[in-house]
Amino acid sequence: MNLPNEAKINYLNYPKGLKSWLLTVDHKRIGVMYLAAITLFFAIGGLLALVIRTELFTPDNMFLTKKMYNQMFTLHGAIMIFLFIIPSIPAALGNFILPIQIGAKDVAFPRLNLASWYIYVFGSLFCLYSIWEGAVDTGWTFYTPYSSTTDTSVVSMMLGVFILGFSSIFTGLNFIVTVHKLRAPGMTWYKMPLMIWGLYATAIIQVLATPVLGITVVLLILERTLGMGIFDPAMGGDPVLFQHFFWFYSHPAVYIMILPGMGIISELIATFSHKKIFGYKAIAFSSLGIAFTSFLVWAHHMFTSGQSEFAAMIFSFLTFFVGIPSGIKVFNWVATMYKGSIDLKTPMLYAISFLILFSVGGLTGIFLGALSVDIHLHDTYFIVAHFHYTMMGGTVMALLGGLHYWWPKMFGRMYSEFWGRIACAFIFIGFNMTFFTQFILGTRGMPRRYATYMDQFQPLHGFSSIGSYVLGFGFLIMAIYLIHSLRNGKIASANPWGALTFEWETTSPPHPHNFEHEPKVTHGPYDFDTVLREREE
Amino acid sequence: MSNHSPSTNLQSHFADAAQQADAAKLGMWLFLVTEILLFGGLFVAYAIYRAWYPEMFFNAHEYLDITLGATNTVVLITSSVTMALAIRSIQLDKKKQCMNYLIITVVLACVFLVIKYFEYEHKFHLGQLPGKFYTFEGIEGTNPHIFFSIYFAMTGLHGFHVIGGIGFITWLITRVKRNAFSSAYYTPVEMAGLYWHLVDLIWIFLFPLLYLIS
Repeated sequence: MNLPNEAKINYLNYPKGLKSWLLTVDHKRIGVMYLAAITLFFAIGGLLALVIRTELFTPDNMFLTKKMYNQMFTLHGAIMIFLFIIPSIPAALGNFILPIQIGAKDVAFPRLNLASWYIYVFGSLFCLYSIWEGAVDTGWTFYTPYSSTTDTSVVSMMLGVFILGFSSIFTGLNFIVTVHKLRAPGMTWYKMPLMIWGLYATAIIQVLATPVLGITVVLLILERTLGMGIFDPAMGGDPVLFQHFFWFYSHPAVYIMILPGMGIISELIATFSHKKIFGYKAIAFSSLGIAFTSFLVWAHHMFTSGQSEFAAMIFSFLTFFVGIPSGIKVFNWVATMYKGSIDLKTPMLYAISFLILFSVGGLTGIFLGALSVDIHLHDTYFIVAHFHYTMMGGTVMALLGGLHYWWPKMFGRMYSEFWGRIACAFIFIGFNMTFFTQFILGTRGMPRRYATYMDQFQPLHGFSSIGSYVLGFGFLIMAIYLIHSLRNGKIASANPWGALTFEWETTSPPHPHNFEHEPKVTHGPYDFDTVLREREE
Repeated sequence: MSNHSPSTNLQSHFADAAQQADAAKLGMWLFLVTEILLFGGLFVAYAIYRAWYPEMFFNAHEYLDITLGATNTVVLITSSVTMALAIRSIQLDKKKQCMNYLIITVVLACVFLVIKYFEYEHKFHLGQLPGKFYTFEGIEGTNPHIFFSIYFAMTGLHGFHVIGGIGFITWLITRVKRNAFSSAYYTPVEMAGLYWHLVDLIWIFLFPLLYLIS
């Protein structure tokens, strides 16, 4: 493509027109399109969560019937997992950042990348149709035998999940090939930013685990339509086999969610501490370690399913291994901050929130991995609190940190730092009000997925609900100032944070081909010590 | 977006044709890995239920026609050979020959499906259907419908892959006809070959597992 020689040209304004967006193969535009789509579904899923919390304010059924309540939490879970959090960081931020950070012009298969977005939209239509047709009430885990007998529209939801799987596979496949084949000259594996290592490890899981989910939902569809019988105990089948299949994907999937978040945190902590990352290789390989271990722990979701006790012991033991690479990362991040020159900009506030919340989420995961403790806590609010601390306190905090960090790069404008910090405070406080309470509820025996509860739990439930409003208010502030900044924000410089990775060497927003001149690797991604000294001299 | 140079089809974000071909190959191998895992779920289901109901599996498998199954195995292996020969021909710029081999491959794939159709038809007739539609009486052992659930799921999914392969290779034939490939650029032909060999390979596992239980 021949571009006119104007400095003002960037990927957002060239070429122009809706059609140029809908048919684009530019990874940056596809990233932005993904960002818009996941934001929409995050808003829908978030509003469903507020409906659930409002209903739970009192033990009575205020405005939802019990069936509607079941549908609400199922849709909240299914939308947040399959339509928001799985594609969130890789497909939205990753698509935008990955090729630029390794100095490539695009991902390896740009058309496949665009196809992945359309497949995502197509799959989401099936999910939305299933809501319209008769919202699924099985919980997002779709356990048999209930999911093969309920009268809600499981089949269209399953088709949606099956189709969404392809979009996830295509993103992962594209990233692996891009990282292997399209790194700029001099960009060796150990010169890659840790974000790339995180995305690479994620992509491996996407490629290896998602097909198993695909066959699982196909079998569930066949179970409902043809009465296959392989998950039906009355026909000689085994419903627990479904759980094995489901978690063989869905446990690694939680690392699809968290690993790219960990990549973002590595970038944020190094940049805003102005210090070389501590333990680069340890962080890089712990990502691969987590990806590997993720495939060996799935049955820890099934300690109460009646699986053999010996298997449960093995899986419990293996589960503790996940703690090692996760712990390595947290210690390395803290060590990076130690004696760094820390700048508490909004992205860094989210990174610190991540460190705190993810540590709580991770440590409570160790409680749950211990067999005897899990028997007591299984299917209580303790679980709900645990995975919200890792998924929301972990992944979403990282996503928000990354979004603020790369916002100036993506849109060429600065958001309001003041309101950014205010919103972060609301989100952090609201999150802890909502979910820390649920740890307490869980240990006192409040089961998850119940539309009502004993009166003694009301104060804690009420407090949790108020927390969810605080949390929602934080997101509202964020939506306002981010949208406001698109037109009215200060023009961003190429490198507003003083970071050293490739994306900050190109203009904000970047040129349609990412770089006007092919970038050269002159220093490592976190060589703040040497580069800052050189700049001073 | 991409500047297609006529000979190598090089897209602008690749440095050279070799890099582009390498990337395509790696991508295809990754796709094949996802295919293996997709079938992997079914192989696990097979293993579990065969372990649970070994006698029923043995009794039920006797209703599969080994002759037809073996014929289909030979048909698919032959089609893999012609596919490989098609790639060899295009590497040597023998386009006419390449096209002929591709056509033979498609014909053999169709033969496979026709034979499969007769096998299915026979089972439909006897009522050896999956799950709740199973009406056949005469197989000893518990839950014989499970065997046919798994048989139809595995061979059905494989059959869809054969149909996909026919579509892919037919598209290649039209492209070869329009002189799209040469020894300088034949990546799609090679990709189709990788895919087709995998489809063949999966059948080579399905055949003994389903037809040759002893």
